[in-house]
Amino acid sequence: MESWRGRLQPLAAVLLGLSLGLAVTAVAGENPWNVLKVLAQSSLGSWYDLGMTLFYATPLIFTGLSVAVAFQAGLFNIGAEGQLVFGALGVAAVGALAPGVPSPLAPLVGILAAVVGGGLWGFIPGWLRARRGSHEVINTIMLNFVAAGLSSWVTLYLLRNMDSQNPETRPVGAGYLLGHFSSVFGDAPFSGAFFLALLAAFGVWVLLWKTPLGFEIRAVGQNESAARAAGIDGARIRILAMTLAGALAGLVGVGEVMGNSGKFRMGFSPDFGFVGIAVALLGRNRPVGVIAAALLFGALQKGTAALDFETEHVTRDLSSIIQALVILSVSAEGLWSWMKRRKGGMGA
Amino acid sequence: MADSLQGPAAAPAAVELRGLTKRFRHVVANAGVDLRVEPGTIHGVIGENGAGKSTAMKMLYGLYAPDEGQILVDGKVCSWRTPQDAIRAGIGMVHQHFMLAGPYTALDNILLGAEPSPSWAGFLPRSLRPVDRSAARARLQKLSEQYGLPVDLDAPIERLPVGIQQRIEILKLLYREARVLILDEPTAVLTPQEVIALFENLRKLKAEGKTIIIITHKLKEVMSFTEKVTVFRAGRVTGEVETAKTSPQELANLMVGRKVVLSVEVPPQPPLGPPVLELDSVALDRRHGKLDGVSLQVRAGEVVGIAGVEGNGQSELMQAILHPRDPGCRSSGKVRVLGQDVTANTTAEIKDLGVGLVPEDRHQEGLLLERPMTENFLLGLQRSPRFASGGFIRQDELEQACRNAIREYDVRPAAIDLELGRFSGGNQQKVVIAREFERKPRFLIAAQPTRGVDVGAIEFIHQRILRARTEGAGVLLVSSELDEVLALSDRILVFYDGRVAGEFKRGECTEREIGLLMGGGS
Repeated sequence: MESWRGRLQPLAAVLLGLSLGLAVTAVAGENPWNVLKVLAQSSLGSWYDLGMTLFYATPLIFTGLSVAVAFQAGLFNIGAEGQLVFGALGVAAVGALAPGVPSPLAPLVGILAAVVGGGLWGFIPGWLRARRGSHEVINTIMLNFVAAGLSSWVTLYLLRNMDSQNPETRPVGAGYLLGHFSSVFGDAPFSGAFFLALLAAFGVWVLLWKTPLGFEIRAVGQNESAARAAGIDGARIRILAMTLAGALAGLVGVGEVMGNSGKFRMGFSPDFGFVGIAVALLGRNRPVGVIAAALLFGALQKGTAALDFETEHVTRDLSSIIQALVILSVSAEGLWSWMKRRKGGMGA
Repeated sequence: MADSLQGPAAAPAAVELRGLTKRFRHVVANAGVDLRVEPGTIHGVIGENGAGKSTAMKMLYGLYAPDEGQILVDGKVCSWRTPQDAIRAGIGMVHQHFMLAGPYTALDNILLGAEPSPSWAGFLPRSLRPVDRSAARARLQKLSEQYGLPVDLDAPIERLPVGIQQRIEILKLLYREARVLILDEPTAVLTPQEVIALFENLRKLKAEGKTIIIITHKLKEVMSFTEKVTVFRAGRVTGEVETAKTSPQELANLMVGRKVVLSVEVPPQPPLGPPVLELDSVALDRRHGKLDGVSLQVRAGEVVGIAGVEGNGQSELMQAILHPRDPGCRSSGKVRVLGQDVTANTTAEIKDLGVGLVPEDRHQEGLLLERPMTENFLLGLQRSPRFASGGFIRQDELEQACRNAIREYDVRPAAIDLELGRFSGGNQQKVVIAREFERKPRFLIAAQPTRGVDVGAIEFIHQRILRARTEGAGVLLVSSELDEVLALSDRILVFYDGRVAGEFKRGECTEREIGLLMGGGS
């Protein structure tokens, strides 16, 4: 079981990062208290704002889970970006090529397409690592570029939406679209994808901590030679974990294509895959932690958007600054152990 | 340079520790340690793992700074920050794992860090001065004659046997004019013959006025070679006794803090059953390790011990049995386990036949140190019907089994949620053994079962191994502790350079015969 210190450390890091970020605004000539109020107001102040926050958090839950699952197997998945592109492309392709699927079935088909698309893009580096020994960090980074290239070819030459000036695919059939809870969240594109993300987090938790397979994944991640001596096939486990990681990232496509735009738009992801690494790190690679971290980052993204017109001197870029400061604080192991020494082990 | 060698007569004590205390965060590694080493003697320092003997020695030779207390050398209070300071005061250490650079010659290894330079080069910065090897060679030759430590100074270190490497480590200290030599577990990697040679050398050093401190856990060596012994337990000195006036039993009791049984009582051997392991000319590519056409058999109801200096194919032997499919573990030959040809089987399939494994390196191969005891107990059993049903792990059942194991194997602390890395070596090993016996093995591989394990736990582990034999299991025991192999085995196979160099039945061999084979003789 994890110690209390281990659980509190991310929280302390968030507070530290937030304070430092607000201090930056003071240097820029703003009243930090005022900035904080704008942030809170704009991310949680109304049902619409909350809906936007949850909408922004949804893809980060998926990519955070993706990175976390790979990490538990001792793998560093930097390829969530490529995997989510392939997941989204999968949904868009199926939805555009088979638009007539009726509505109760279509979302399931779409989810399956996202899982297959992302899973494929996770399987490849997993297989390469397990069977060929080439490192997944290199391969996932490179596959991100391959995914970007392939997806633009598919978008522009195979599934191009001729009715649009933008580089995007034809819209998916109506049966695929997820409803928005507009009676609650107004215009926010909040869809069932958020609940799918929560379900995925629950599923990951059950898998990793309640099943023999999940135990094997974590055992390989902890100590591969001990797992091997115990008869666990580490290569098989790693391929599986990487495929699962890809599938989780691929589910970003459900929220984007089925819950938001109705098509694959090139460059739709503002680095969800990379922010997922930060989310997993902040969430200590636990599903609950990932949800919490994704919600925080979602709130930051929504909240800082309002800074552009609510304040004089700071812009929405503050979101990136605070995210960066939070991550720095989390990773500042030296700082925490120094504080621990100072306080004689009282914890952070 | 003035000759700094002093006669032993005048000095009050070669080394004295007074009330040394050292804390690491929450742990008090040494609490008020007093230790007095008379000049010109061999002094034993014994204690279980984690008893604090290494910490005390590390303070003495300058690696740690004490939090409290004093270090006196020849009656003078010293304080130093680095091992270089300590060696300047005449105190040096031979580490358990030698600090030698493999491809360099013996001479260069000795000079490394203390290279002499010709006098004309004085104007150059230190790091740019040429090395005056001939002067150093002459001095070393004199030293090795004086102390009876012959070595080939021009041979690359990696081609020399371990016993010679150790001799070079000692010469390294003599070259730096050490008067007090600390040796940390000096016999761990030596054959019995090399052990005898080492102690002859140490006696000669003593006769020449050097003071020697030996850190060890082997009571036999302490009894035969030292004048005085200091016993550590739980960070404190629990006894300082004259060797002539003590017994192994008394020392063991001081180390453990209770009465321990030192000798192994071997119950009568049960009737031999069918073979549990048959190897037929199993070999491994030299690229991957040493294993040259090994054929052997272990039958139900016997303990077969593998004796040998580490690194002579014992690890490869176990890997070949467990991972016969992996070309990095076996390149040719057949493996049969419990009557089945398993040459093409997976590790899980082999273990599920009824094979228990106590791996030689429990941290590397046996445990998940950052995970709680429960998960360590589950490792390898995660798909057994007892702990898994309907695709889920049966947590209640697992916790119950852990609590039972804690009781049966006397694991301390009795905390199933505690990370395993926080248990002592002996208790970690008990968890491994409890887990492997959970399989009710009919074939048990026990590799270095008592390495880094305290005296109290050794007794227990030996009993468990013998009980498995009584219950009809076949046991393959691999150990670099010859005493352990001799005590437990019904048959002994000596490994040398990846081959079986000899075979003996219980009681039909002497330590000397085995030792010769271990060293490559015949």
